[in-house]
Amino acid sequence: MSNKAFILICALVAAALIGLNPLLTNDYFFSAAYTVLLYVVLSTAWNILGGYTGYVNFGTAGFFAIGVYTSVALYKAFKAPLPLMIVAGTVVAGVAGIGVGYLTMRLRGHYFAIATLALAVMLFTFVINWDYAGGARGAYVIAPREAPFGLGHYIRFLYAIMVVLAAIAIAVARGIEHSKLGRGLAAIRDDELAAECAGVPTLRLKLISTAISGGLMGLAGTTFPLFISFVEPTSAFSLSYAVNAIAMPVIGGMNSWLGPLIGALLLGTVQQVVQVTISSAWNLLIVGVLLVLFVTLAPSGIMGWMRGRQRRGRSS
Amino acid sequence: MSSPAQAPAPLLRVAAVTKRFGGFVALDSVALDVYPGERVGLIGPNGSGKSTLVNCISGTLRHEGGRITFEGEDLTGMPAHRRIRRGLARSFQIPKPFASMTVLDNLRIPLLYAAGRHDGLKVSEAQSAAEAMEILASVGLAAKAGEMSGGLTQVDMRKLELARAIAAKPKLLIADEAMAGLSSSEVDDILQLLTSMKARGIAVIMIEHIMRAVMHFSERVAVLVAGRKIADGDPKTVIANPEVQKAYLGE
Repeated sequence: MSNKAFILICALVAAALIGLNPLLTNDYFFSAAYTVLLYVVLSTAWNILGGYTGYVNFGTAGFFAIGVYTSVALYKAFKAPLPLMIVAGTVVAGVAGIGVGYLTMRLRGHYFAIATLALAVMLFTFVINWDYAGGARGAYVIAPREAPFGLGHYIRFLYAIMVVLAAIAIAVARGIEHSKLGRGLAAIRDDELAAECAGVPTLRLKLISTAISGGLMGLAGTTFPLFISFVEPTSAFSLSYAVNAIAMPVIGGMNSWLGPLIGALLLGTVQQVVQVTISSAWNLLIVGVLLVLFVTLAPSGIMGWMRGRQRRGRSS
Repeated sequence: MSSPAQAPAPLLRVAAVTKRFGGFVALDSVALDVYPGERVGLIGPNGSGKSTLVNCISGTLRHEGGRITFEGEDLTGMPAHRRIRRGLARSFQIPKPFASMTVLDNLRIPLLYAAGRHDGLKVSEAQSAAEAMEILASVGLAAKAGEMSGGLTQVDMRKLELARAIAAKPKLLIADEAMAGLSSSEVDDILQLLTSMKARGIAVIMIEHIMRAVMHFSERVAVLVAGRKIADGDPKTVIANPEVQKAYLGE
C-alpha cells in the first residue's frame, strides 16, 4: 500500500472516531479514550527509536513532560492558542531528542537506557525548581468551559484532537517503516557496525530517529495540561508513561507500526477498565504481570506470535 | 618492495600506519599499496595485526600515525560510511548479516546507501530489487533471496557478506578471512567468487590462513608479523623467504 493510500485510511478512521461524538452521551468515555489514544501516540513514538532503531529509551516521561511544560509555559505567558502549544511542544521535544541523542548515542545497550533514565530525572529536578511553570506546587491550566464547534464538554474536543494526533503519529511511523530511512534504521538495529560499513550514516540516522521519537512523545503531552487542568511534576513525569511506552510495543510487537497500536489499545483499555472496576493502584501491577508473561512466552509480541502461527499453519 | 608496472597510481596507499592499543603496538609503520584490479593476499600469524589493519583502512578504527589514501584522497578522520561510498568495501571475519531482514533486503542497504554515490547516481527502491537479484545470482544465493538471513548456513552467510560488499559497487574489497571454518569444497566456492572480482574491475585484499587458497588467488602476497610487514612481493618468492617460514613454522 502506498503512503498516500495509508494516510487516506488514517484520515478516514480518524474522521469516523471523531464522528462518534454526538452518538455517545457519557463524557467519561471521551476521557478514557483520550488516555488510551495518548498511549497510542507515546508507544508509537517510543517504537521508532526502541523498535525500529533498537535503542531502549527509559526517558519517555521526560519527553512527554517537555510537551506538557512547553504548553504550561506558553499558557502562563500569553494564554497561547492550542495549535501553537501543539506545534511548540513537539518542536521543543524534538530538539531535546537531538540533544539527548548527541550526548548519549555513542552509548550502546544498557548504558544508553540508563542515560535516558538519568536525563528524565534531571529534567524532573529542573521542573520542580522552575517557579514560572508552577515548580513543585503545580500550575493550573484552565480549559474553556465549552468546546469549539458545539461539541459540548471540552473533553470531547480534546478527544477529537488526540484522535488526529494518533493518526499523525501512526502515519509517520508507517512512513518511516517503508522508507529508505526505515531500512537504514533496521540495519542499525541488526548490526550497527555492519550498517556503517554498508554506507549507512549511523550517527545521523540515530539523531533523526531520536528527534522524531522525542518530538512525537512531546506531541502526546501538549494537550495534557488542558486535560488534567492542574499540572504538577509527579503527574507529568509519572512512571506509568515510561513503563507503558515500553510495555505496549513489547506486548504488541516492535517490528511494525501495528504492534504499538495493538499494544496500546489493548493495555490502555484494560487499564481504564481496571481503574473503574477495581482500583487505580492495580494498573501498573497488571502491566508488570503482562510484560513478564509476554517477554517469556511471546517475546515478539502479539504480532510476532500471529506471524509464527501463520507460518506454522502454512507449513503443516 | 615490488609494485607491478601496469598502473602508475595506486588505488589504495597505506603509508607508515601505526596503531597502538594502550602500550601495545598493533601496527608498526605498516606500508601497503594496492593497484586497481589487483589481487593481494595478506597473511600472518594470529595477532599479527591483519584485522587491525583492515579496521584502520575501512574506518572502524582510527590509526595514530601515518596516512591512508584512496584514489589519492586522504582518508584520515573520514567515517566508515563515507569510505564505502567512495568504493572501499570490506567483509567481516565473523559474518554480520542484518538478521531481521531477508537475504535480498540485506543487499538493499548498500545499494540504497553506498552504491552509486561515487558516480553521483542514486538507486531507487524498485531498481535495487532487480540489482540485488542479479548480485545474488552471481554468488549463488538467488534461490535464498526470500529467506531470513539469520537462518543461513555458514557458507551462505559468507557469500552474503561478499554479496553485500559487492552491492556497494566497490573498487576495492577487503575480504577478512572469508573462508575460515569452511569445508574444502566451500573454500573453492568462495575462492572462485573472489577470483571473479577481477572481471568486475574490483581489486581484492584477501586475508587468509588457508595457504592453498592464498597461493591460488594472490598476484602478490604481503606478510604481517607482530605488527610489521616483513615481506611483500611475488607469492612464491615470499613463501620461500626464510623469515616468513620462521614466522609461520617456527625454527
